[in-house]
Amino acid sequence: MARAVTTNRKIITSAAAWTIALIIFFPIFWTILTSFKTEAQAINDPPLFFNFDWTLENYAIVQERSDYMKFLWNSVIVAGGSTLLGILIAIPAAWSMAFVPSKRTKDILLWMLSTKMLPAVGVLYPISLIFVEFNLLDTRGGLIVVLMLINLPIIVWMLYTYFREIPGEILEAARMDGATLKEEILYVLTPMAVPGIASTVLLNFILAWNEAFWTLNLTAANAAPLTAFIASYSSPEGLFFAKLSAASTMAIAPILILGWFSQKQLVRGLTFGAVK
Amino acid sequence: MGQIELKQVTKSFGDVQVIPPLDLTIEDGEFTVFVGPSGCGKSTLLRLIAGLEDITTGHIEIDGKDATDVVPAKRGLAMVFQSYALYPHMSVRKNIAFPLRMSKMDQAEITKRVEGAASVLNLTDYLDRRPGQLSGGQRQRVAIGRAIVREPAAFLFDEPLSNLDAALRVGMRLEISELHKRLETTMIYVTHDQVEAMTMADKIVVLQSGVIEQVGTPLELYRTPRNTFVAGFIGSPKMNLIEGAEAAKHDATTIGIRPEHIDVVESGGLWQGTVGVAEHLGSDTFFHIHNTGLAETLTVRAIGDVSLKHGDTIHLTPRSHEIHRFGADGLRMA
Repeated sequence: MARAVTTNRKIITSAAAWTIALIIFFPIFWTILTSFKTEAQAINDPPLFFNFDWTLENYAIVQERSDYMKFLWNSVIVAGGSTLLGILIAIPAAWSMAFVPSKRTKDILLWMLSTKMLPAVGVLYPISLIFVEFNLLDTRGGLIVVLMLINLPIIVWMLYTYFREIPGEILEAARMDGATLKEEILYVLTPMAVPGIASTVLLNFILAWNEAFWTLNLTAANAAPLTAFIASYSSPEGLFFAKLSAASTMAIAPILILGWFSQKQLVRGLTFGAVK
Repeated sequence: MGQIELKQVTKSFGDVQVIPPLDLTIEDGEFTVFVGPSGCGKSTLLRLIAGLEDITTGHIEIDGKDATDVVPAKRGLAMVFQSYALYPHMSVRKNIAFPLRMSKMDQAEITKRVEGAASVLNLTDYLDRRPGQLSGGQRQRVAIGRAIVREPAAFLFDEPLSNLDAALRVGMRLEISELHKRLETTMIYVTHDQVEAMTMADKIVVLQSGVIEQVGTPLELYRTPRNTFVAGFIGSPKMNLIEGAEAAKHDATTIGIRPEHIDVVESGGLWQGTVGVAEHLGSDTFFHIHNTGLAETLTVRAIGDVSLKHGDTIHLTPRSHEIHRFGADGLRMA
């Protein structure tokens, strides 16, 4: 009866996986659903599932009230810029840690990661002062630098893990073949690490896209990305859930679509190294 | 040109000295083999010459010029790795062309050389494949192709055949030897396999614990091993090393006699014993002999298929002029 047990197991595992997935996805689903309700329906008790009058009204209002494209463009620039800059800095850093480690490499890696344990608000004041001093408040450039620094430890860690999987002999062969350090990284290491680099880029793009603490605190009108766009629809009074949901849906749509199309790459990248 | 000279070279990893001061000259055009048991420092020595490891003290000269602080890329040496170390994301053509591309060679010349190397190595039909689609022997050929196109001052081989199966290994051994005859370029070849060393080398360097035990031609090492280590390491099956009273008869601490220098006789003989394991190879038979009155098990090589089996009594006589004598320090006695 081994086969029957396996089938039962499969059913249970699948059911559990679907349940967890649905629980995780539910808030997003609810946000999207709410965005098609009227403000009154949005706060109806009991909550309405599908039995309401679907409307696009909220989207029209949001479109009218704010310039979505400007926020979207800021998000693209800030998330893309910080990821690109981070990758350019992290590749050589991860190279040296993976292939010419010193006694302190492990310590440095841990120390880098430890910066992620610091609550962001702890450095809000100094960073704000620096931004004021250098006229960086509400600039995309300033935001790119801050988000890059915030995500840099993760980028370096991920690349370090991928690079460790690449046999050192291949890089030594490149050195013997007359490649300079730059050529070795450009023509040999990077192409071999493409799957790892791609998933690192994707994950960090998503992290930067969703980053809200710094984007809300350091921007006002000019450099505000989609996180600020969402926040602008939350208000202390009146009905705003439906409009907020519409704004949220518009803000997460691009990244959801990107994630959907690159899920294979993401999953492969995140499980890279687990199975050789 | 490709003369390589090591002068008082040492290498330490942290506090551990793996190569004590060492001097060695490798002449231009010579096929030199570094041989020794694993962990003897032979690969480290090769990597020092390649520049992949920095030497701790001493100097390395290539063609009379100090290369101690020259980066690997600028030493003009080519290396073939045990793992082949091919670039998995490039086609065979691009793998072979890589060193030429790095030296900014003219594209027409690159094409000519790559195709030349491919035809020599029977790789013409595989030029557009990726390394992952090739067999072990073909990958090894690509690695060699990548080394020969740039016409280096010397080739460095780091146990290049140890990932191949036995039959392929013999074939590739011949190919590398032929390549050396044709190119007449200096080659340094690292192996733990003394058969490879004996068959390929002009000069063998026997290493143990980072120390050179002996340098010489294969036959010099075979005929006049400098100490008991070399005596036991070179030759297959291993030389019988006998201590005690039998050695004392020759005024030595240890005497050595190769299995092929002990004759099986009908009766009498210096030693009598019983046959333990008999290994029949057809062309030869190896007998392992017990109960000879000696502390050591004797190995004897008889020509042809000698029909003695387990438990039989055997009579043996060593050829007296083939006995090697070693003193208490393990060194050869005159």
